[in-house]
Amino acid sequence: MKGMTLIVKKTTQLISGIVFLYGIYVIVHGHLTPGGGFAGGVIVAGSFILLILAYGSDFMHLTREETGSTLTENLGILIALIIALAGMVTGTRVFFLNWLPHGTVGELVSAGVIPLYNIFIGIEVAASILTIFLALLIFKEEITK
Amino acid sequence: MELALSVILVLMIFGALFAIHARDLLSAVISCSIVGYGLVICFLLLKAPDLAIVQIVVETITLVIMVAVVLDSTRQEPFTKPDQQEYVSIVTALLIMVVIFFLLKAATGSLDPFGEGSLRMAKYYIEGAAEKTGSANLVTGVVFDFRGYDTLGEATVLVTAVLGVLTILRIKGKK
Repeated sequence: MKGMTLIVKKTTQLISGIVFLYGIYVIVHGHLTPGGGFAGGVIVAGSFILLILAYGSDFMHLTREETGSTLTENLGILIALIIALAGMVTGTRVFFLNWLPHGTVGELVSAGVIPLYNIFIGIEVAASILTIFLALLIFKEEITK
Repeated sequence: MELALSVILVLMIFGALFAIHARDLLSAVISCSIVGYGLVICFLLLKAPDLAIVQIVVETITLVIMVAVVLDSTRQEPFTKPDQQEYVSIVTALLIMVVIFFLLKAATGSLDPFGEGSLRMAKYYIEGAAEKTGSANLVTGVVFDFRGYDTLGEATVLVTAVLGVLTILRIKGKK
């Protein structure tokens, strides 16, 4: 697909990095402030969608990116599942056990495995939203060809 | 607060009605998003910022994708001629509306007053959840610790949706 005008490109260049960082902030602080893996993941995907819409992309590049995002998505949920299964190995042997030390409430590194779940669910959500968007774009390119 | 909620809900209903009857598909999509953004304000008024963040982000991305799809189409709703069956449908819809209204009225009569009282299970979550899970944000503590199974299912739903999208778009594209 074709890109947009110079004004849109320049604005996107300035904004998309900030949007990406804000998404990562929402994911990492999920256990302290409102937000978490789902919200932050969609914000991260939004920054990528902004870039693709403004700058455009050719067909080969899109398919390669889609392969990567599909892999990332599947790896994200697999690692989240492995962390949940690790609760079966340690201590009281319960699925989804919070098996890491909790630490003090309110610090960035606390709450055991909850930040880890947030991060990997965030990766999974971001990659899957991006995959759906890329699939629609590729479909459009294939139709018009 | 209830007055503000009522005003926003009425606005949302008007947006949905206009979305049904709009000739131009682009204005239908835009007015449909009134429902989503009104819901965001409702969540904020009801003190649910977690839900509000998710709703506003998902609504924005859905709007971008829908506008991109609509701009590619002819932007006009295909016109279908009304026939005899339409009156039957209208009568059925009115009947169902009346039945649902009375059932809802009977159901809400037995509930706690608005904004008060909590479920039996929620009491155990609220009391000392910060010490049990170590998470300062109570919602994340419930989502990833007490109800971890639920969240796994939610993430699996997303993976399945992506699989479905990929499958459907590939078959049509290769035809």
